Amino acid sequence: MNAYAPILVLGGLGAGFAIFSVITASLTGPKRYNRAKLEAYECGIEPTPQPAGGGRFPIKYYLTAMLFIVFDIEIVFLYPWAVSFDALGLFGLVEMLLFVLTVFVAYAYVWRRGGLEWD
Amino acid sequence: MSATAVVHSLLTSAAATPAADRIPTPHIEYAQLSPVLIVLGTATVGVLAEAFLPRRSRYWAQLGITVVGLAAAFAAIIALAADGYATTRAHIAAMGAVAVDGPALFLQGTIVLIALVAAFTFAERRLDPVAHGNRVDSFAAQGSAVPGSPQEMKAVRAGFTTTEVFPLLLFAVGGMMIFPAANDLLTLFVSLEVFSLPLYLLCALARRRRLMSQEAAVKYFLLGAFSSAFLLFGIALLYGYAGTVAYTGTATAPGIAQVIDGSANLTPALANSTGNDALLLIGGAMVIMGLLFKVGAVPFHQWTPDVYQGAPTPVTGFMAAATKVAAFGALLRLLYVVLPGMRWDWRPVMWGVAIVTMVIGAIVAVTQTDVKRLLAYSSIAHAGFLLAGVIAVSPSGVSSVLFYLVAYSFVTLGGFAVVTLVRDAGGEATHLSKWAGLGRRSPLVAAVFAVFLLSFAGIPLTAGFAGKFAVFQAAAQAGAVPLVVIGVIASAIAAFFYIRVIVMMFFSEPQPDGPTVAIPSPLTSSAIAIGVVVTLVLGVAPQYFLDLAGKAGVFVR
Repeated sequence: MNAYAPILVLGGLGAGFAIFSVITASLTGPKRYNRAKLEAYECGIEPTPQPAGGGRFPIKYYLTAMLFIVFDIEIVFLYPWAVSFDALGLFGLVEMLLFVLTVFVAYAYVWRRGGLEWD
Repeated sequence: MSATAVVHSLLTSAAATPAADRIPTPHIEYAQLSPVLIVLGTATVGVLAEAFLPRRSRYWAQLGITVVGLAAAFAAIIALAADGYATTRAHIAAMGAVAVDGPALFLQGTIVLIALVAAFTFAERRLDPVAHGNRVDSFAAQGSAVPGSPQEMKAVRAGFTTTEVFPLLLFAVGGMMIFPAANDLLTLFVSLEVFSLPLYLLCALARRRRLMSQEAAVKYFLLGAFSSAFLLFGIALLYGYAGTVAYTGTATAPGIAQVIDGSANLTPALANSTGNDALLLIGGAMVIMGLLFKVGAVPFHQWTPDVYQGAPTPVTGFMAAATKVAAFGALLRLLYVVLPGMRWDWRPVMWGVAIVTMVIGAIVAVTQTDVKRLLAYSSIAHAGFLLAGVIAVSPSGVSSVLFYLVAYSFVTLGGFAVVTLVRDAGGEATHLSKWAGLGRRSPLVAAVFAVFLLSFAGIPLTAGFAGKFAVFQAAAQAGAVPLVVIGVIASAIAAFFYIRVIVMMFFSEPQPDGPTVAIPSPLTSSAIAIGVVVTLVLGVAPQYFLDLAGKAGVFVR
């Protein structure tokens, strides 16, 4: 049972934070009701009425999704490296810096071409 | 803590870990991998140039970066070959992932030179009429603008050009250079994707007939993804059979080749699975299918005509030449290094594939009315002739295929470069009826195209003849005489439609509303000139290059 105690503590902390946040928000947050608050959350798109054939989506969503994938892939490689950073030594550090540098080139391109601006 | 202190503490703690806790780090021979690294590094610099340079100066900067990078990579390949890495010092670098040997260096050099010539045709800006005061190339003003939309008009009026094609070309070249050198199945797959993805994008970027270009890209992408899935599934099955993805190894750390020929010391668990030949046969077949798709061999050829027709013509030329070189390199290494122990199983299948590829490529080409589709079917037929050399399973088989690839690729680049010159109001006039009487109107262009067609047909004193002779000789020596007979018949059928085009160009009246021949800049002129020179030099004096291919034709194991 002792082995599971940290998990229970973690669960308790998580639940406590969630309850605390919800209660604090309802007590302190401003309340301004409007139409948008009643709609289903759909990443900024009007959920209804859909245009015929699904309509065209602005390319901005596509760009955001692509950027997410780039960040995601970067994390996939950074995370295991961070866990065994010591064991991989200098070689791992240099290779990881090279990797992050090359991924950064892609970000520089996206940034300069306005891919990070929503409008 | 300041930034330098952070970096310093990272460096020291990275270096100070006791040796016992270290994960062994791979040993990478950067110098031997330098050609590939130079090309990929240049591509990265190209992306940075695209990001930070003002729009006006991008075109010249990209052209300069691309040419310098490719020239440096070629110099690195020559330096490696001069150091003996092509012959005596050939070995497997990067922990068994990449082979540095004769065929790899020979094909990498070929691919880099193809890319250099292709970069010239990519950069051509004199053929399309000046649009709103800006010289334009063969690529869309803005790839993301919907064809025919106001946004596209705006982009054209502003003089936008897609200079990203140069970094994309370089990324594709980087992948193609690893592909024939890959010495394990995962490197093979990764390099396949590295060169395929930029090609899908490049296919979609035509300035004229954009919908057809995008359709071609989607077809290529879907079929390419499908074939990648086959390849990957085959890799998984081969791994299931051999317990490794390495091509070769030692008795204690065996590669697939050792497991197949039984010289590996297997663990009991592995010995159980290697008893199952079904995994080996199905896996090997699926990997070969993935490669035959890229080669464009029948029955995996359906994408070729549509994609070649829809893609911007400079991209078609590059794709037709360089993809074939890279894919045949990978196919040769797979069949000669990994699966030689299985040759009694794969040779009959490859016989069949070679025969149907030669015959169908030649016969269907006869009915084509579009010059780009005609060249596409001709490239299918050439894939069949190349497969005849692959089947030989002998040193002369390797060297003849290497030679044929050089001969074929530069002629193809030149041929597609000529196609970009013949234009009417709608862009390139690719319908064959419009080419009637071209020889009367511009004898030089028609004569050059005739030289390329004669080389495709394999007429003596052209590169095509020397290549076909070498390939068929290797096949005949290996006992594939029926295959050679069918190959010669298919060549005769193919010669019919090549010569029909020549007859049409020179011996029929020009149409009154026929196309005009644009005057190219020195870029396209030099691409065509290189094609003509290679055709004649390899045709008249092939011996030096046959010797070179012969010396380079030994795979490291």
